[in-house]
Amino acid sequence: MNKKNNIAEIQNQTEDFDVEKFRKDFPILHQEINGKPLVYLDNAATTQKPKSVIDAIEKYYQKYNSNIHRGVHTLSENATEAYESARLKVKNFINANSTKEIVFVRGATEAINLVAQSFGRNSLSKEDEIIITELEHHANIVPWQLLSQQTGVKLKYIPINKDGELVEPEYKKLLNEKTRIVAVGHISNALGTINPIENIINMAHEYGAKVLIDGAQATSHTSVDVKKLDCDFYVFSGHKLFGPTGIGVLYGKENLLEEMPPYQGGGDMIKMVTMKETQYNDLPYKFEAGTPNISGVIGLGAAIDYVNKIGLENISVHENALLNYANQKTSEITGLKFIGTAKQKTSILSFTLEGIHPHDVGTILNNEGIAIRTGHHCAMPVMEYFKIPATSRASFSFYNTYKEIDALIEAIEKCKKVFS
Amino acid sequence: MFDIKDLYQEIIVDHNRSPRNFGVIDDADKILEGFNPLCGDKLKLYIKTDGQNINDIAFDGTGCAISIASASLMTDAMKNKSIDEAESLFNEFHALITTEDKFDSEHLGKLTVLAGVKDFPGRVKCASLCWHTLRSALVGDNKPVTTE
Repeated sequence: MNKKNNIAEIQNQTEDFDVEKFRKDFPILHQEINGKPLVYLDNAATTQKPKSVIDAIEKYYQKYNSNIHRGVHTLSENATEAYESARLKVKNFINANSTKEIVFVRGATEAINLVAQSFGRNSLSKEDEIIITELEHHANIVPWQLLSQQTGVKLKYIPINKDGELVEPEYKKLLNEKTRIVAVGHISNALGTINPIENIINMAHEYGAKVLIDGAQATSHTSVDVKKLDCDFYVFSGHKLFGPTGIGVLYGKENLLEEMPPYQGGGDMIKMVTMKETQYNDLPYKFEAGTPNISGVIGLGAAIDYVNKIGLENISVHENALLNYANQKTSEITGLKFIGTAKQKTSILSFTLEGIHPHDVGTILNNEGIAIRTGHHCAMPVMEYFKIPATSRASFSFYNTYKEIDALIEAIEKCKKVFS
Repeated sequence: MFDIKDLYQEIIVDHNRSPRNFGVIDDADKILEGFNPLCGDKLKLYIKTDGQNINDIAFDGTGCAISIASASLMTDAMKNKSIDEAESLFNEFHALITTEDKFDSEHLGKLTVLAGVKDFPGRVKCASLCWHTLRSALVGDNKPVTTE
C-alpha cells in the first residue's frame, strides 16, 4: 500500500509537466521498432533532436549555406550572424563572462584534448601532478594519459566508494602544491553520480590548480553557471543536449585561453600570415582553425533555445520523478542489482541481472522496442572497481514517460523468462 | 520481426548456463586470448595439439550468452579434429552466421543453433570471437585477437 502511495505521489509531482506535448516535438519518437513502440532510454549516449533543431539545420542548408567570417555577400553575412548568435546563446546558457570564452569544438572529447595539449603540454613537467577520478569517461582519462607520456606529468585518481561516489577525504590527500590540473566529470555517464564539483573546484584553487569540468552528461539535466562554479574550463557536447553530433563547446576563462597557444593551425585562426611567421587571431577564433561545423553550431543554438523554453528546472523535476519511479519499480525485480547508488544522482539507472549478461539484456530489450546501452560505457575503471565486465544502463530524458518505464520493467522480466 | 527465441534457443541457454570444456588445460601447447573491446567479452582458449590434430581444447573467460555458448559448442565440435578440418569448419561456421549461403548443416551439427545470430548484426562478433581466436592460434600468427 505504502509503495503504491509513493508511486502515485511521484506521478502527481509532475502532472503539470506535459510530456505528451513535448514528445510531439521529437519526430523520431513516433515509430515502431520490431513491431513495438520505440522506448528510447539511451539518452546518456545521445539525446534525440526536436523538430526545431532539425529545421534550423535544414534552413541553413536550404537558405543560407555559406562560409563564415570572410564573405562580403549576403549569404555569408547571414551565416556568420547565425553562427555568432549561437555563440552568444551558449555564453548565456552557461553564464560565461564573454563570447571570447566560448570555443566551438567537435565535442567534449576534443575540448579536453585541446586543454590537455594547449594548456598542459606547454606548461607541465614531471614535477607536476594532475588529478582525475576513477569515475571518469575514457574521454577524461586518455587525453591526460597521453599528456603524461609526453611531459612526464604524474596522473593521480580520486577513488570511488561502493555507491559510486568520489571519496572526498582521499581527494584532499591527493592535493598538494604540485597539483596543476584537476579534471572531473560533473555527472558520471556510467552511474549518474553528481559529483560535488563546487567543493572540488574550491579545494583545487586553494593549491592554485586549474580545474576542468567535463559537463557532457550535465547540461541536459541541470543548469550550469561557470561564473558561480568558478571552474577554469567547462566542456560539453551538443548531441547530448538535443543538438547535432560533431559540435561541442570549450569554455575557458579568458585569461587562460589568452595565454594558451593554438591547438591547431589553419585558416580563420590567424590575423596575418607571412612566409616567416603568423600572427594569431583573437579569442575565441585562435582556437577555431579551418571552416567550422557551421550547421552544427546553428543546430546547437536552436537546441539551447528549445531547452530554455522548457526550462531546466522543470526538466530536472520530471526526470527526478522518473528516476524515483524507476528505482522503486526495479527494486522489486529479484536478481536485479543497482550499480551506482549515489545520494546525488541524475536520471541514469545502471544495473546487472543475475546470470544474464548485459549484452543479452540489450538484445532482448531491443526486440521489445526498448533502446538501452549495455557495456562498459567507456568507463572501464568504473567496471573494474565493481568487478563486473559491463552493466545495462537505462538513461532517461524529459521526454520519457512512466509508461515507458513500465515497458522497461516488463521487458526485464522477459529477459529473465528467456534465461529461466 | 524476429522471435527472440530464435536467437536464444534452448541449446544456447543451456550451454551458457553450463558451458562445456570450461577450464584450463595445464599442458596446452597453444594458449590464446580473444577480446571484444566493444563489450568487454574476454575468452581464453587452451589447445593441446600434436601438430596436426586437436587432442584437447578448453576455454575460460567472461562474456554474453552468445559468446559463451558459441565457445562451448565450438570446443565440443573441435575435439579430435585435425587442424585442416578445424579450418574448414571455421569457414562453414562463418558462412552460417553471416550469409544466406547454403552450408552443410549435417557437417556443422549442433553449431547450427547459432544461425539466428545472422538476424542480429550487432551480435555476430559475440558468436565469432572464439572462432577467430581459434583460427589465430592454429593457423594464424598466434597473436591475441580483438574483434575491432
